[in-house]
Amino acid sequence: MSASIFEKHSHNDGSWLPRPAGAETEVLACLPEALRRRTAPKLPTVSELDVVRHFTTLSQKNFCIDTNFYPLGSCTMKYNPKVLDAIAASTAFSQIHPYQDEEQVQGALKVLYEMQKLLSEITGMDEFTLQPAAGAHGEFCGLLITSAYHKSRGVTKRKVLIPDSAHGTNPASAALCGYEVVQIKTDVRGLVDRADLEAKLDDDVACLMMTNPSTLGLFEEEILEIARAVHAKGGLLYYDGANMNALVGICRPGDMGFDIVHLNLHKTFAVPHGSGGPGSGPVGVKKDLIPHLPRPRVLKKGGAYAFEKDAPASIGKLRTYYGNFGAVIRSYAYILALGAEGLEGIARNAILNANYLKEKLKDIFELPYPGPCMHEFVASARSQKAKGVRALDIAKRLLDHGVHAPTVYFPLIVEEAMMIEPTETESKETLDRFVEILRSIQQEIDQDPQKVLEAPHTTPVSRMDEVRAARQPDLRLR
Amino acid sequence: MQYVSNSPGTQEQILKAIGAGSFEDLIRNVPKSIRIGRLNIAEGLSELELVRALDETGAVNRNFKHFIPYLGGGCYDHYVPAVVDRLALRGEFITAYTPYQGEASQGTLQSIYEYQTAICELTGMDYSNASMYDGASSLAEAALLALRHTGRRRVILPASLHPEYAEVVRTYLSFVDCQIVTVPWKKGLTDPAEISRAVDADTAAVIVQQPNFFGLLEDAPALAAAAHQAGALLIACVNPVSLGVVAPPGEYGADIAVGEGQPLGNPVSYGGPHFGFFTVQEPLLRRMPGRICGRTVDKQGRTAYVLTLQAREQHIRREKATSNICTNQALCALKGAIYLSLLGPAGLRRLSLLNLDNAHRAFRRLTELPGVTPFSDGPFFNEFAVRIERDPVKLRHNLLKRRVLGPLSLERFYPDMKNTYLVAVTEKRTDSDLEQLCAAVEES
Repeated sequence: MSASIFEKHSHNDGSWLPRPAGAETEVLACLPEALRRRTAPKLPTVSELDVVRHFTTLSQKNFCIDTNFYPLGSCTMKYNPKVLDAIAASTAFSQIHPYQDEEQVQGALKVLYEMQKLLSEITGMDEFTLQPAAGAHGEFCGLLITSAYHKSRGVTKRKVLIPDSAHGTNPASAALCGYEVVQIKTDVRGLVDRADLEAKLDDDVACLMMTNPSTLGLFEEEILEIARAVHAKGGLLYYDGANMNALVGICRPGDMGFDIVHLNLHKTFAVPHGSGGPGSGPVGVKKDLIPHLPRPRVLKKGGAYAFEKDAPASIGKLRTYYGNFGAVIRSYAYILALGAEGLEGIARNAILNANYLKEKLKDIFELPYPGPCMHEFVASARSQKAKGVRALDIAKRLLDHGVHAPTVYFPLIVEEAMMIEPTETESKETLDRFVEILRSIQQEIDQDPQKVLEAPHTTPVSRMDEVRAARQPDLRLR
Repeated sequence: MQYVSNSPGTQEQILKAIGAGSFEDLIRNVPKSIRIGRLNIAEGLSELELVRALDETGAVNRNFKHFIPYLGGGCYDHYVPAVVDRLALRGEFITAYTPYQGEASQGTLQSIYEYQTAICELTGMDYSNASMYDGASSLAEAALLALRHTGRRRVILPASLHPEYAEVVRTYLSFVDCQIVTVPWKKGLTDPAEISRAVDADTAAVIVQQPNFFGLLEDAPALAAAAHQAGALLIACVNPVSLGVVAPPGEYGADIAVGEGQPLGNPVSYGGPHFGFFTVQEPLLRRMPGRICGRTVDKQGRTAYVLTLQAREQHIRREKATSNICTNQALCALKGAIYLSLLGPAGLRRLSLLNLDNAHRAFRRLTELPGVTPFSDGPFFNEFAVRIERDPVKLRHNLLKRRVLGPLSLERFYPDMKNTYLVAVTEKRTDSDLEQLCAAVEES
């Protein structure tokens, strides 16, 4: 492991900044003694070269899309076109301030306005806000809108229904808004259990949050009936857009009856994951809910773009300014580059690639839901577990082959789950190689299971003591 | 333009291998009634055409390269050394996923651990998480933490807090059974005596923004004492660049310290993406929201880094998590870590002094002009408010003519604060920049 940058020492006098004109004591005279810092922070003291070498060396210890296949289910780890980075970093878009007068930033406002329209068209919604910074932030936004909507109609509803296959952010976001979370079962087909839903659906349900296709990679084929049932009880239908890449150009949440949609631009719309962010989680709504969107939306009046000045029914602001503009503009450029046909190609190729892998892997892993899948599928390592090797071990062994692990142990309802999402950007050749690697691991499980159990062998570190990390937290250098 | 790697021929081969007659077979579960035809979106563009189109759109933005910004209000035009983007935009960082698979993410994990260390050093606090969305949402989560930890139901907000931050706090707390009490300012500053009067046995936290929205430095030690006297927590929301010279929250006893990380190596980028930093003192560690990286050992006993204390988080605890946050602003925080490494203690000191010096020179120069008066006589760091008794329309026109962006009219937030402007002055502003600003005022 590399030494920490705090343990390296070379010369740095901060001379990449100009020297202050005045003497230090003179400059400091304007600061009352009591408000001055007493002890200097122990930041690293290293030369520019050593900073470059340190972080470059660190970067080389990462798997990433640019070097590795990443079949990480539900995360949509696809290729992020480099031109988008260049556009986001351009002076015209990165060197502008959120408090500039509207007429000085018409280009930025145009991007925001057109993005509101493009996302509305893609999802079948009536209007979008681009303010939420990530998917969970979008969920929070959507649930605040849900609550504001019911309140505006003079009703209070206390429950949110969430299928047991949902991402953890769904219940966490509902709890943040003070809702009681009620879990809905998944049936043998891998779909929302209609009987369980009927039983739990009552007048106290504010909304049903659904991911469609679900995290099992299955399309909720009874979605229209579900929507009718929820609406009949006065509830709203919330769409978690984590898996929107399966539907682009094929069908739209708005046409299925969803009232609120969040998208993850860092999944379907090519914003790079950045080792964990920044993302962007725009929220789209149907007409009745527009007044509740966060402030401010961008409007077009005549030929000019402007912020909405008055929004009395708005839920307010979820963050400063207008959202992760640098992420939004990447997705905007991506949508312009792809056009209608290219967008449809996202879903088509994601679905083709996933079904291809599913077919190729069916003799290696148990498939709890054997029919066609959408953009991803869940395999089970149950039969491997019987031989003493678990999904986690297989995941770790894949790292030795330069393939990132699939999502494992999620969704929670499948034993030894391995959730595999190849994405639309991978070639058949890469998928074939992945199948060969899994086949070789399967052989090892039969002949030399220890090799798999002790994997990974080739990464910078082997499996880590996570219990020690949690019991004796070492979270910074002292 | 499409970014798929399979030709139409290969796509056909795949269909055959699957044993599907057609693509339609694979999506037969999608009801016919909701299938759509072609999206009403224009045809795609080649990369060449795309760049041209975006260049045209961007050309109408007045940017900092051609104009001189005096705008602040939470995000600032600081110099970002070339190294920051060179490193952070490496594919190994920008196209990696959240480091859940620790063995495949040691680079990201170690950089988070170093980020946490640097932020703790900077703020003087015990622990930092891996980042939040921005300064305002960090502050809101801090208030939620304080309410949960103390079991009390009041939060004291100073009226001198950035109005957008106050609005975000209100949004986040809208479903919590609590009362938000706003304490008015005097000459732009929060009076510790007022805070003492406002806190009671049911007060969970007092919030202080340092410097506050008007750029003024509050008497943070006295505000901390007022909060602690009633057993309330002090939440400090600070500008990281000020901490080279201004007392860090750890020195005046803050229990939670948060802030906007943009000034640390991130472009203004029309307001985002930036990052929020979030730090706590030891007793609050297990209530902290968001990801945290820890140092441990691997099977061979080698130093290794891993995401830890995950029992607080949504993917484990679901509705019982300390926050719903999942994706954060990792890459922006990485830029912050690289930037702080490039600064070092000497660079940080220099940066703070430059900001302090430039802002005070601008303040002196501006307030020498007829009709320009200070909004307050309180101490400030790199931003201050002044009254400019000139026709605002003329002033705006002349500023733009002189290629100056801003300063920020406070009327935007407070309708009664006419002719009052917030002037942000970073290390980037030169004497000749200042002359343009002054000339625009004089000509108005």
